Amino acid sequence: MYTTELDKTATAPTPIGGEDPALIAAFEARVAADEFIEPKDWMPEAYRRTLTRQISQHAHSEIVGMLPEGNWLTRAPSLKRKAILLAKIQDEGGHGLYLYCAAETLGTSREQMIDALHSGRAKYSTIFNYPTLNWADIGAIGWLVDGAAIMNQVPLQRTSYGPYARAMVRVCKEESFHQRQGFDIMLAMANGSPAQKAMAQDALNRWWWPSLMMFGPSDDNSPNTAQSIRWRIKRETNDELRQKFVDATVPQAELLGLTIPDPALKWNEERGHYDFGEIEWDEFYAVVRGEGPTAKERMKARRAAWNDGAWVRAAADAHEAKRAARSAAAAA
Amino acid sequence: MSKDWPLWEVFVRARGGLDHRHVGSVHAPDAEMALRHARDTYTRRMEGVSLWVVKSTDIAASDPDQSGELFEPAQSKIYRHPTFYELPDAVKHM
Repeated sequence: MYTTELDKTATAPTPIGGEDPALIAAFEARVAADEFIEPKDWMPEAYRRTLTRQISQHAHSEIVGMLPEGNWLTRAPSLKRKAILLAKIQDEGGHGLYLYCAAETLGTSREQMIDALHSGRAKYSTIFNYPTLNWADIGAIGWLVDGAAIMNQVPLQRTSYGPYARAMVRVCKEESFHQRQGFDIMLAMANGSPAQKAMAQDALNRWWWPSLMMFGPSDDNSPNTAQSIRWRIKRETNDELRQKFVDATVPQAELLGLTIPDPALKWNEERGHYDFGEIEWDEFYAVVRGEGPTAKERMKARRAAWNDGAWVRAAADAHEAKRAARSAAAAA
Repeated sequence: MSKDWPLWEVFVRARGGLDHRHVGSVHAPDAEMALRHARDTYTRRMEGVSLWVVKSTDIAASDPDQSGELFEPAQSKIYRHPTFYELPDAVKHM
């Protein structure tokens, strides 16, 4: 789905004492020359930590992102929509796995990352702490949330850490289906009965601002951005990406015949961009902190999925142990 | 907390005639499950016609810190490349 630095209190990626200045200089030169850093290469500890946090948050977001959509599988309005939604949810699971693998190459095990998520220590994208009230929300999520995700993820295909960049290439290839299926749902509803169109408008009203918040705090309030850009962990700032998203999405909303819920939204001829209204950041930080009933429900569902699947993992382990014992006996 | 399954590196042959290429990794208790997980994770859109999985711990890799010494000798032997040789203009194709 998507990532940005969610944790404002996270330690800024400043160099950690005791590291060889010559190694740091060589590393910075490689990154500045747009070379990729690979798992066994030397890297500053702060780079490793920042990436581990960012990639694992991204992976968690993919995994938690399956939950709001999973709720709608059995209620999708047709067999076609059901099959499409199922395929999208399976993709999200796949994206989580690509990303956990990329993060593992930095030295943290998947087990540790999943444990951090389930114990509430790790963050995931705030967008999943909003409820999905009806079918139109599934359209709005694909169109807006996955659309915002793509804006964020496309530049990450050139991020400096090789395994992350390669995972993002795979993710981006699949993500565009997600956005189009969402837009297709919105288009069907916008062209449907007045009641259906009203549902589509209502979903846009509720998802617009949270989608803009997905890009993270504004640049002058995002202390880690400069270092992350210098290390090519990020390639564009939060505000640059947010502006791109607004510019791309407004004409799509017009095409749907829906109204974006922002009275300040206006084309600015001089800038060549849309101006838009202020974001309510207090709400954003409340959601980041995991306040609200939906956040609790999401973690409950995650833990239940993990615990209910424990017997499958145990059975696979037992099967492997039995087979290993058999082949050891045959070899003896 | 249970322990992670071993890590397997996944290689996919996109179609006949091409090499298997590394695409990523999966966790699995054994080779058969690793193949199933690789299939679900890396070939949902006809990405391949054949899969290999290899336990990550079974791969021996060169040390990036040694790559200078390891690969440098090849750089000084430019006569190994056809462009090293100057041909008379009369020779059109060789």
